[in-house]
Amino acid sequence: MPYLDTLNAKFAGAFTTSAFRDNQRVLVNAERAPTVIFALLKCLKEECGFDMLAELGGIDYLNYPDATDRYCVVYGLTNTTTGERVFVKAFANDPEPELPSVTALWKGADWMEREVYDMYGVRFTGHPDLRRILMPSEYTAFPLRKDYPLRGYGERHNFPIVTRAES
Amino acid sequence: MVTKLDALANLLRKYSLWPMPFATACCGIELMATASSRYDIARFGAEAMRFSPRQCDVMIVAGRVVMKMVPVMQRIWLQMPEPKWCISMGACASSGGVFDTYCTVQGIDRFIPVDVYIPGCPPRPEQLIRAILDLQEKVQKTGTIDAREFASRTAYEGPTALARELSPEEAIVAPGDYRTATRLRSLPVVN
Repeated sequence: MPYLDTLNAKFAGAFTTSAFRDNQRVLVNAERAPTVIFALLKCLKEECGFDMLAELGGIDYLNYPDATDRYCVVYGLTNTTTGERVFVKAFANDPEPELPSVTALWKGADWMEREVYDMYGVRFTGHPDLRRILMPSEYTAFPLRKDYPLRGYGERHNFPIVTRAES
Repeated sequence: MVTKLDALANLLRKYSLWPMPFATACCGIELMATASSRYDIARFGAEAMRFSPRQCDVMIVAGRVVMKMVPVMQRIWLQMPEPKWCISMGACASSGGVFDTYCTVQGIDRFIPVDVYIPGCPPRPEQLIRAILDLQEKVQKTGTIDAREFASRTAYEGPTALARELSPEEAIVAPGDYRTATRLRSLPVVN
């Protein structure tokens, strides 16, 4: 992995690595992520050739065995020249999970970060337009968090009723 | 009391029900199949699908309805001129179906009046034709020329609150025990 040498030279100690089958991962814990993650992704993009943000998603590790941080934002990067892939995981914690936005690096991160915010409540600082994207704007909860009940808190029945006579 | 003039109006209306296709999911495919040549809903006078609610008599809600679509659905329903009827097509529109989730409405009859329900996931076109025939019978039996039969129905006609919304403490939280990979076994009893 030539990119690991570049990362080690610039961010030694700020990240760990792991692998699952052919998935190469770079992990940045919640303590370091707010300061390191943007520079690390910028380095991967500009110096290591990972020019495409193929995926950006969220994970809630609540009650997960051996998990130390709760929220995770996964950046799936692709090198369009070599076809190489790397998954960068940045962690965040309650009460206010927050990570820097990468819309300055990849325009396409805009809606994906909005979706992560909508579902998990991770705020992205520097995002140009951080609003809910799927749920209604008056919705207050974050439905993909693991402590959110499957049937919700009653939001889905909170609508006016149209009776036959008045319609 | 249905007079002869009402009966005449009903006869004319029931054989020219113009549907408003509110198709949000796979039931909409069956709705399209019902309108096309193999099943041919035109045989029963209901082939004139219009995408303007101002021209329609019967709204066919085909598919799951999520929270964001409820205000849209209610607005379309209110825009339809009287007399009008509503068919709830499929398990999702009638009860939420398998989508017992945070965003899906558990049956459209909680928010708008429904005349005919169609079970099935999705229902076959024959079932939709049956529903049209049932609706024709309902129009013939209850309809009036000036649609005055609706004025007395001021109460909520939807289902009683079947599953009360659970409090956060007793609500089912997914997933359960990661270490044994099982769902929590002690689920709360729903009234």
